[in-house]
Amino acid sequence: MSRRAGVFAAVWPPLLVVVILLVLWELVVVLFSIPEYLLPTPIAVGRTMIEQWPRLIAATGRTATATLAGFAASAVLGVVAGSLLSLVPLARRGIYPLTLLLQMVPLVAIAPMLVIWFGIGLPSVIVAACIVSIFPVIAGTLDGLQSVDAGLEEIFRIHRVGRIRTWWKLGLPWSIPSVITGLRIAAGLAVIGAIVGEFVGAYGGQHAPLGAIITSALKQNQTSTVFAAIAMASALGFLLFGLVNLGGWILLRRWHASAQ
Amino acid sequence: MSGVEIELRGVTKTFDRSVEAVAPMDLDLRPGRVTALLGPTGCGKSTLLRMIGGVETPTAGSVAVRPKPRIGFCFQEPRLLPWRNVLRNVGLPLELDGRPRDVCRREAQRRLEMVRLGDAAELLPAALSGGMRMRAAVARSLVADPDLLLLDEPFGALDEVTRFRLDEEVATLVREQSITVVLVTHSISEAVFLADEVVVLSPRPARIIERYEIPFGERVASLRGTEEFARLQASIYACLRGGMMEDER
Ligand SMILES: Nc1ncnc2c1ncn2[C@@H]1O[C@H](COP(=O)(O)OP(=O)(O)OP(=O)(O)O)[C@@H](O)[C@H]1O
Ligand SMILES: [Mg+2]
Repeated sequence: MSRRAGVFAAVWPPLLVVVILLVLWELVVVLFSIPEYLLPTPIAVGRTMIEQWPRLIAATGRTATATLAGFAASAVLGVVAGSLLSLVPLARRGIYPLTLLLQMVPLVAIAPMLVIWFGIGLPSVIVAACIVSIFPVIAGTLDGLQSVDAGLEEIFRIHRVGRIRTWWKLGLPWSIPSVITGLRIAAGLAVIGAIVGEFVGAYGGQHAPLGAIITSALKQNQTSTVFAAIAMASALGFLLFGLVNLGGWILLRRWHASAQ
Repeated sequence: MSGVEIELRGVTKTFDRSVEAVAPMDLDLRPGRVTALLGPTGCGKSTLLRMIGGVETPTAGSVAVRPKPRIGFCFQEPRLLPWRNVLRNVGLPLELDGRPRDVCRREAQRRLEMVRLGDAAELLPAALSGGMRMRAAVARSLVADPDLLLLDEPFGALDEVTRFRLDEEVATLVREQSITVVLVTHSISEAVFLADEVVVLSPRPARIIERYEIPFGERVASLRGTEEFARLQASIYACLRGGMMEDER
């Protein structure tokens, strides 16, 4: 009962803001009679969504596949890379600064290269999603592992525990909160990476994912379709973020209990 | 097993090039004996204990611990893993030794009962009081049957009645298994009750002012009421106070 009230209390303020914004948007478009190819009204977008629902939902499914695969890859590779960087000081000093590059390389610029390397279709989109979202995971893992309590480390040293076991029994559990923080950021980035990857790297036509739908609709001035696809992509980002939060909450329950 | 023997030769510790914590110190601790380190706060007791345990390296001199011991170390802070419940924290040393899960649980539970924490086994450290956490840390230091036990003010946070009872438990246990023990404490009566020898240290940097041989055999509660106990306590107090007064002059 109180739990449901809590969820409701958390949800209604942002929901109210969204509704107000949509109403304002509708009013602005109608009052200034902005043509639909420039900015469709929310109602027009809604209509398009209903009309094209089967195509949109299938496209969302495909984009979701690429996003999830890219996100999963960056979660696993990010934790592994962050752990290796923490275990090998030389690598940390030599390689970690370079991983910053991952963050700074404009994906739009390298996406065409990914197509050359991995071909048109799912693989290059997955790689794009992974490249964009991996850095926060590496950083979160490394930060967590570097901040392990020195007193707890001493306990393991006294028992002559090796570095790998210490990582497994102490470093990794200790780092879970900051890994989760990295994954939260990565979730949103993975969607962006997948969509951008699809701009250049996805099949169009019958099996188009959201990114490809956006580019082809843009070419045909079907702006409300673009917005409908954007809405679906946002929903996807929201869903993934929610899943990460749920997973984090389950893992962190113990930590939360101990942080009180 | 013949027991662990400790030999300090000219051991010093200086932090940050200028903070001298331990002055050159020679100290021999015989196997199977309980030694209490007594000294004013900040004098370097924990530093000394940490050097014996091998987690701090001396600036000069040598620390020899023979034969290579299984160390049970209870630090001045409890140092429990926050995501593990008390039972799994206490069982950690056995787990790290690769012992089977049920052995870890059984032994951990046994030590928890000893420190009167049997009911708290399933709780997370955050749900414990400060004194309960320290008792869990003591239980953990005992769980893997150490032959060298290093205790840094283990029962400082406890009421005197509980403290006395736990002192009695520890006294019995370490004498039964002839564990070599180094105990840091601020309580003179605890030192006299538990130890075979009390080493009184000066204010920082720690020097040995005096060593007291404690001649008691069995450590039973009634010991605390004896005249000899009171006499030792009084003369150690005077020695400790003397060291501190001298420092103030
Ligand atoms: N890691 C460190 N870096 C710098 N100085 C330190 C460090 N550890 C201890 N010291 C200094 O060494 C001195 C002795 O510290 P230590 O912890 O050994 O004292 P103590 O006798 O255990 O005191 P207490 O009874 O209050 O626990 C103190 O002046 C302290 O500031
Ligand atoms: Mg201390």
